[in-house]
Amino acid sequence: MIRALLMAALLIATPALAQQAPTAQAPAPIPFNDRGQLSAAELELQAALKGERISGRVSIPDAAAANLIQPEGRDWRAFHNRTLTWIGGIALVGMLCVLGGFFFYRGRIRIDSGPSGHTLERFTLLERANHWMVASSFIVLGLTGLNLTFGRFLLLPIVGPEAFTAISQIGKYAHNYLAFPFTLGIVLMFILWVKDNIPERADIDWVKKAGGLFGHEHPGAGRFNAGQKTVFWLTVLGGGLVAASGYVLIFPFAMTDIAGQQLAYIIHGVLALLMFAAMLAHIYIGSVGMEGAFDAMGSGQVDLNWAREHHDRWVDEQVTKAKAHMAPPGAKAAGAD
Amino acid sequence: MARMKFLCDADRCIECNACVTACKNEHEVPWGINRRRVVTINDGKPGERSISMACMHCTDAPCAAVCPVNCFYTTADAIVLHDKDLCIGCGYCFYACPFGAPQYPKVGNFGGRGKMDKCTYCAGGPQADNTGVEYIQYGSNRIAEGKLPLCAEMCSTKALLAGDGEIIAAIYMERVTKRGYGSGAWGWRTAYKEVLPV
Repeated sequence: MIRALLMAALLIATPALAQQAPTAQAPAPIPFNDRGQLSAAELELQAALKGERISGRVSIPDAAAANLIQPEGRDWRAFHNRTLTWIGGIALVGMLCVLGGFFFYRGRIRIDSGPSGHTLERFTLLERANHWMVASSFIVLGLTGLNLTFGRFLLLPIVGPEAFTAISQIGKYAHNYLAFPFTLGIVLMFILWVKDNIPERADIDWVKKAGGLFGHEHPGAGRFNAGQKTVFWLTVLGGGLVAASGYVLIFPFAMTDIAGQQLAYIIHGVLALLMFAAMLAHIYIGSVGMEGAFDAMGSGQVDLNWAREHHDRWVDEQVTKAKAHMAPPGAKAAGAD
Repeated sequence: MARMKFLCDADRCIECNACVTACKNEHEVPWGINRRRVVTINDGKPGERSISMACMHCTDAPCAAVCPVNCFYTTADAIVLHDKDLCIGCGYCFYACPFGAPQYPKVGNFGGRGKMDKCTYCAGGPQADNTGVEYIQYGSNRIAEGKLPLCAEMCSTKALLAGDGEIIAAIYMERVTKRGYGSGAWGWRTAYKEVLPV
C-alpha cells in the first residue's frame, strides 16, 4: 500500500521536476578570429605575472603611448618606496651611528708628536679649488636628492605643502644644473690625482693595521693612503656612474625607453645614497675627526709632523725633490770670499 | 558614495578615436598630451583588439604612492586627482603608472617638462568647481554638474563605460552572459585589484 502511494507520488512529481530543471543553454561558439588567441583578460594577467609590457599600435604621433600596460611600474614603485628608503635609511643612519661611536671611543685624532710649526704644501690651489667645486655641488646634489626620497615624510609635515613644493622645485633645478660642475670636477679630479691613487702593496699593510684608527700606530703611506684611495675611486667610479645615470634621467626618453629610465633611476638612487654615506665618513675624518687634516684642503699647507705621521713616504719624496733644487752643502755663493 | 571606474569592452571598441577627440575638445588639452588614447594590439592579425585607455583611477594609486611632493588625492567618488600647484614635474608618477596616464606638456628635461597632466575623470581639480581657473588647469568639471565623463558618454558602440563600478560591472556581466564568452575588461585587474564576476 505504502509502495503504491510512493509510486503515485513519484509519477505526479516527475513532470514537475522535469519542468524545473533548467534547459542547458548551448554556449555561443567562440568567434572565428578568437581561435587560438588568449582572451584579453588572460593576456593582461599573464603579462602581469611575467612582468611583461603589453603594447600595440596607436594612431597618434607619440610612439610611447602605444604601451598599454607596463607592470614594471609596480616593481619600480616597490623599489622607490621601500627598497631605496631602507637602503638609504640604513646607510645614512648607520654611518652617523658608526661615526658618533668612533668619536666617542677615539675622540679627535691628535698629531702624536705635536705640531712642528713647519709646514709644506700638500694641495695646490687648482687641486683645492677643484675639490671644493665637487664637494659643494655634491652636498647640494645630495641634499636635494635626499629631499626627493625622504622629504615627503620628514620635511613636508613641518613646512606644509606649498613651502615644500617651492623648496623641491628650487632643489630640482639646483640638482639639474649642479650636475655639470660636479661631472667636470670628477673628470679633473681623475686627471689630477689618478697617478697617486694606483693601488700598491703597501696598501694591504695599511688596511691590515686599519690605518691606525684604533691605536697610535701609523702605517706607512705615500701621497694617499688606502683609505683615501678608496674615497678617490668611490668618487671617480661611483660619481661617474651616478652622473651618467643622472644624465639619462635629466633628458627623459632621449636615450632610452621607460624600462631604461626606471633602471637609470635605480642605479642613480642606490649609488648616490651609498656615496653620500661614504662621504659622511670622509667629511668626518677631514674635519672634526683628525687634527691637522683640514689644513690640507683649507690652506693647502700641512704641518710637517702631521705629514710624517700619515704620509711618511710622501714627505720623503717631497724632501728629496726639494733638496734637488737646493744648492749642495758647502756650495759658496758666487763672489764670496 | 559611488566608486567611479572606467571599463573598456575590447569586443566592442572599433578604434574610432571619438573618445580621444571628445576628451581633447572638452578639456582643451594642449598639443602633445592625450589624456585618453586608443591602443590596438595584434594589429592586422587574428584576435585584433582595440582598447581605449586613460587614467584608471586606481584603488591603490601608484602615482600617489611615489609622488615626492604628495600632490595626489582621491575624491569621495574614488577619483584620483592631483594638484598642479604642488606638482614639480619630476616624472616619478610616469615611471610608476602601469597605464602610462601621466603626461607632461613639454618635451624637456627632468626640470623643464612642466606640470603633469592626466585624465581627471572629468572631475576637474582642487580649485573651486567650474571656475575659469579650474578650467585652464584641469579642464571642465562634468562630475560637479552631475554628468559622467564625456569619452564614455559619447562612445558610439558603448565599448567604453564609466560610472559606478557596480553598475558598469553589471552591464558588462549582462553582455558577457548574452555573448557566451568573455573578453577583456582592460585594466580592471591591474587598477582595482579585482576580477569581474563573469
